[in-house]
Amino acid sequence: MTAVAVPATRARARVVRPVLVRLGTSVLVLWGAVTVAFAGLHLTPGNVVDLLIGANTVTPEVRARIVADYGLDRPLLVQYVTYLGRVLHGDLGQSYQLHQPVASAIGEQIGSSVQLMLASFALAVVVAVTVAVLTAGRRWARAVFSGVELVGISIPSFWAGILLLTVFSFGLGLFPATGGEGVESLVLPSVAMAIPVIATLSQVLREGLELTLEEPFVLTARSRGMSDLGVRLRHALRHALLPTVTLAGWMVSYLFGGAVITESVFSRQGIGRLTLTAVTNKDLPVVMGVVLIASLLYVVINILLDLLYLAIDPRLRGA
Amino acid sequence: MTTSTIVSPGVVIGRRRRRVPRAGVWAAAAFLLVVAVIAIAPGLVAHGSPDLTDALAALRPPDGEHLLGTDANGRDIFTRIVYGARPSVLAGLAATALAVTGGTLAGLLAALGGRVPDEVVMRVVDVLLSLPGLLLALLVIAVAGPGTLNAVFAIAAYTLPGYARLVRAQTMVIRRSGYVEAAVSLGLTKARIIARHVLPNAFAPLLVLATIEVGTALVAASSLSFLGLGPRPPAPEWGAMLSAGRDYFSVAWWVAVFPGLAITLTVLSVTVVGRHLQRRVEGRLS
Repeated sequence: MTAVAVPATRARARVVRPVLVRLGTSVLVLWGAVTVAFAGLHLTPGNVVDLLIGANTVTPEVRARIVADYGLDRPLLVQYVTYLGRVLHGDLGQSYQLHQPVASAIGEQIGSSVQLMLASFALAVVVAVTVAVLTAGRRWARAVFSGVELVGISIPSFWAGILLLTVFSFGLGLFPATGGEGVESLVLPSVAMAIPVIATLSQVLREGLELTLEEPFVLTARSRGMSDLGVRLRHALRHALLPTVTLAGWMVSYLFGGAVITESVFSRQGIGRLTLTAVTNKDLPVVMGVVLIASLLYVVINILLDLLYLAIDPRLRGA
Repeated sequence: MTTSTIVSPGVVIGRRRRRVPRAGVWAAAAFLLVVAVIAIAPGLVAHGSPDLTDALAALRPPDGEHLLGTDANGRDIFTRIVYGARPSVLAGLAATALAVTGGTLAGLLAALGGRVPDEVVMRVVDVLLSLPGLLLALLVIAVAGPGTLNAVFAIAAYTLPGYARLVRAQTMVIRRSGYVEAAVSLGLTKARIIARHVLPNAFAPLLVLATIEVGTALVAASSLSFLGLGPRPPAPEWGAMLSAGRDYFSVAWWVAVFPGLAITLTVLSVTVVGRHLQRRVEGRLS
């Protein structure tokens, strides 16, 4: 049965179909996010124009333009379709508090946040893989790190950030306490943000490694005289990675939310700060724009993950 | 010392599971008991008012008089942490209760309501899960405004989808079980079957998830307070205390350390107890 050659077209269909399904779901998720944003605006008590303007005062002309832009004098369904159409064209609306389009406000800030998220992500993966590879199946190391990981999961990231600041900036003076200039300013925030991710990731990774290390092929590799570390890195790690990759979507989500807190603790510029200011000032167009961007990011990451699965696990490619 | 269940030769369940030593579970439970007591009756442990300011005793380091030091207004940090237990813990518990209730109703509707409600509920759940949790909470607060009650709703909104998924999955399994079929053939009403058979059987995993998620809700609630979106600053809430003290961290470490320690220890204890429950329930079910 298993030896039957699969025609090339069918093999391709097997790869293409899940990707198409994923794309369909993604469109649905994005549409849902737009709808959530729209519903949020209209379920809020009060005049929609006032909500969009926020705490500002504007001229009657601007008011009239908002009504026209959003079609606020038209039936709700028309308004919804108008809103959908605008978002589809990449128009996230106008922030009347920042006096600039939402898209450009986000564009200005997203770079420094992406830096922070990438640094944090890279740190988390490197540390988690190292810890998991070194501690899997080793009784004492494992017991100690399990305890450390429990603490890492429980510690709120803003407190981790405050502690790092207290020790390394105020106490030892090693790193700047605030600002976003240079690599040094990236160290403490990315560590603070990475802690819970490291703790979660290394737990899952170690569990996967321990399961794999009992597989017969590991015994085979060992019997060929391969070193213990070699077996872990060359054979066990690839198998243990698969469940971890599933977590990557959660990680991106987590880092996005974490940016709001971490940027606030370290007084860094970025999309998190932008969001927090917008929430505090009731600048709804900006908040809705960020929600849509986050949702888009989630969707893109998940599509990339599907492709990554294929790269990690050859069994998913053909049959 | 460690007990393992042998399911079949070579397959040992429970050994690989991360096991917290029994003493650790007891310590966590004891700590939670202490938190519960000071949340109910803070006056038993702390004397004096949490809002009593003393300009002459501002930013005192921990000593015999002020066990954990004082803040910038000379308020005793120990007293404020004790009085802060109630608002801090209550927000997490209330959000969890709200999310469990809403999630259970949504999950039941999806599992038993037929095809269309199932599709609608589950797609909404998908959308909610695609957004970063904190961002969803911020959206709720942007729309509803800051404040303790709105923070509770915001946290409930982002933990709810998980419960909806769990209850739906559990109900799907239970409704095909022999005892439900028997109940149906006996002519019991749907409401009675749900109340007497479905809910009790879905309860154990729901309780486990809720216990662990109380920790998540506590962190979320304190995060929102820290961001200035929960209880207002004079309130002795743990996250708000850290938020109010942020200008003094460079000169007074105790202002930064102790309120966070209270949050972390509480969340850690909840996690330890939750995982212990999880292991016991899974052991019973497998």
